[in-house]
Amino acid sequence: MTRRGAGPDLAVGGFVLLLGALALWQTSVIPASPIYAQVGPKAVPYVVSAGLFALGAGLMATALRGGWSHALDEVREAPPTNWRSLGLLLAGLAANLVLIGPLGFSIAASAQFVLVAAAFGSRRLLRDLVLALVLTLLVWFLFVELLGVNIGAGILEGLVLRALGQEVI
Amino acid sequence: MMDSIAGLQLGFANALTLGNLGWALLGCFLGTAIGVLPGIGPALTIALLLPITFKVEATGAFILFCGVFYGAMYGGSTTSILLNTPGESGSIITALEGAKMARNGRAGPALATAAIGSFIAGTIGTLGISFLGPVVVDLALRLGPAEYFSLMVLCFVTVSAVLGGSALRGLTSLFFGLLLGLVGIDLQTGQPRMTLGVPELLDGVNVVLVAVALFAVGETLYMAWRHTNEAPQVRQVGSIMMSREDWRRSIGPWFRGSLLGFPFGVMPAGGTEMPTMLSYYAERKLVKPEHAKEFGTTGAIEGVAGPEAANNAAAAGILVPMLTLGLPTSATAAIMLSAFQSYGINPGPLLFEQQGVLVWTLIASLYIANIMLVVLNLPLVGLWARILKVPQPQLYAGILVFATIGTYGISNSVTDLVLLYVIGIIGMFMRRFDFPTAPVVIGMILGPMAEQAMRQALTISEGDWTTFATRPVSLVILLLAATALVGPRLYRAIRSG
Repeated sequence: MTRRGAGPDLAVGGFVLLLGALALWQTSVIPASPIYAQVGPKAVPYVVSAGLFALGAGLMATALRGGWSHALDEVREAPPTNWRSLGLLLAGLAANLVLIGPLGFSIAASAQFVLVAAAFGSRRLLRDLVLALVLTLLVWFLFVELLGVNIGAGILEGLVLRALGQEVI
Repeated sequence: MMDSIAGLQLGFANALTLGNLGWALLGCFLGTAIGVLPGIGPALTIALLLPITFKVEATGAFILFCGVFYGAMYGGSTTSILLNTPGESGSIITALEGAKMARNGRAGPALATAAIGSFIAGTIGTLGISFLGPVVVDLALRLGPAEYFSLMVLCFVTVSAVLGGSALRGLTSLFFGLLLGLVGIDLQTGQPRMTLGVPELLDGVNVVLVAVALFAVGETLYMAWRHTNEAPQVRQVGSIMMSREDWRRSIGPWFRGSLLGFPFGVMPAGGTEMPTMLSYYAERKLVKPEHAKEFGTTGAIEGVAGPEAANNAAAAGILVPMLTLGLPTSATAAIMLSAFQSYGINPGPLLFEQQGVLVWTLIASLYIANIMLVVLNLPLVGLWARILKVPQPQLYAGILVFATIGTYGISNSVTDLVLLYVIGIIGMFMRRFDFPTAPVVIGMILGPMAEQAMRQALTISEGDWTTFATRPVSLVILLLAATALVGPRLYRAIRSG
């Protein structure tokens, strides 16, 4: 029996086990209900946490017996981890997270767009940026005006609204 | 029977108004487009469209959602045939023979047989919904909370432990979903649960956020992880005309596939993988000897027609438990269920009584959507094939733009975005380690409903837990669930032992 690939599987089992433990702890701190009920607020959380914990243990046991993922076609035939792509993509998500508050949706999402496109091998940054600004503004107007989603206007959306002679939300 | 015909008359009268036809057309168009695009599916699209439930009345919104649902099925086959990368699990089998036909210059007939097969299957499936729905409702009205709870347990087992590669991993996904469903204030006692002390979590985790995280962020992260610079090759469509022989060879598989697929969708055994696979093997066995060698070599048209019909019929079947029992057996159905909830409508047996107009208009719209889709997909197939040429970098960048606005729009909270990315990263690892994602969404929606049913049942029985085992119907359902859980393992153990 090969033990190749069991390490990552073991980590997955450990993660599920930890998640179960976290859930058990969170269940234990649910305040006792002042309202009388046949089934209190804790019963189902206990079942779910215990289940998750047991499943984590089961996954650990499977991993110790050699694991499962080395037998998957998709894993066996997978190309090596592309750190550049993954790094750029995560940078895109981080940029969005940091910028969306102060600068608004369009600028943050455009920064994300350019980084994500670069992650997947696009080399034309300027074209991507123009595309991103047009797309994000369109999407913003689509969601805010047509779907009625409430997303405050950022710097760019404010400029466009003013240019259209509308009130800035 | 009479109920159904009267219902359909009412439904068509409503569905044929200009506004509702517009929603159906928009849904079909959108659904085909997202079905064609690799990486996005109907569950993600409907999740992103959920905000319209605040603006549009229920009928219009559900016609739109169902158009997306049916349309994605049509579009999915285009991708599997021309690109050989199935967009969703139900089209994996279509890709087997369809891509081979495309490689041999027969992409056109493959697309045509898939579209016509989808139409026949969709129509048979919708007929099934119309006439089976009221029957299931009659049965369901006799079920109490105890039986309901047992039904949900059965549903949990089938969506997580029966389908997919491993019961252990399927159940882990399900329990992760159940955990997410528990976060927030307990509706019955007002106690905060599983919030880690974060005030933003008191309202619970939004299902849109989870769907977007798993289906958009997780998927994109995984694609980046495995990114290579090889561009996938899109095959030429060519002429979509089917020869007389193509027709003769397709008719049998279309009807066999439809009749095979629908029952699978209706049963909470759910899923489209099993019926498509069975249809494929059936057609391979039934094929005339002179065409048998085409299977696996040049591509046999039977192997596209049958599984594609089975896929669509099963997908239509999934709407039966969703509308009549309020039980979602696929991620898309689970998202639609949460749309019902945001209108304050509870799907279930009472839906047909209390919202008769809505239900029958919806069903009538399914017939209409099917006709629209076959028209949209046959002459316009070249247009959809062009969508496939959207370059991968801009496609994934665009998907994440929609993911961001869909999530940030929920409450303008950066906490939500952090949660989106955390669950997205978990989704990436789930993909890598072969954990199915649909049970997460189903568990999240169905979990709270199951808890409520369980509490109601126990209130009625005055806290007596044996109520689930002493009520005969409930016991039978629970035994079925137990069989579904241990049956396959026992069978394997006996065979190998």
